[in-house]
Amino acid sequence: MTIQLTHFSAAVLFALFASIVFGITQRSETREMVRYGLYCFAMFVGGVIVAGWAMWILRR
Amino acid sequence: MANSTTEKTRTVEPPKAEAQPVTTMSVMAPAIAWLIPGAGHLIQKRWGRGILLMVSIFAMFLIGLALQGRIYKPNGGDILDMLGFVGDIGAGGLYIVTRAMDWGQGAIAHATADYGTKYLIVAGLLNFIAVADAYHIAIGKKP
Repeated sequence: MTIQLTHFSAAVLFALFASIVFGITQRSETREMVRYGLYCFAMFVGGVIVAGWAMWILRR
Repeated sequence: MANSTTEKTRTVEPPKAEAQPVTTMSVMAPAIAWLIPGAGHLIQKRWGRGILLMVSIFAMFLIGLALQGRIYKPNGGDILDMLGFVGDIGAGGLYIVTRAMDWGQGAIAHATADYGTKYLIVAGLLNFIAVADAYHIAIGKKP
């Protein structure tokens, strides 16, 4: 079975799974795990959007 | 006078790190965690964390395969191939099954296939972190 993902959806899925693992493994308390996971997810997705706009500006 | 000089020059030794006792769980948890992602947490009754780790790492690896990512072999010859193998081998049982079934041949037919290869490597690397976490729980360093 093969699937096709867009660049953005591939990056968001990557961010989701990596953030879950980072949140669980890098913090000790449940509340802190959730907060850190959300922070990582925001940084991943934010980084993708910033990089996308940077490439769009460089291309012009 | 001499005593006061001696007292001034006396150094305070830092407390020595206590050696962790080797227990069955401290050996079994990382080994099982490597073989089956998330299982190292499950056998220590961290149900929520174990299931989340298992779902995340399994999903990442399987999506990598579905994206037609490439599985690296140990005798790749190239240094980057060897590094890719180190990442892939972190997925433990998933890597073994994939090699046994001859999946992950990486026929790159579209641009996102390379994402598949990265998904496979990162799934293995994330499992290395999960293995270390399972060990820390087993030795009591983490609740």
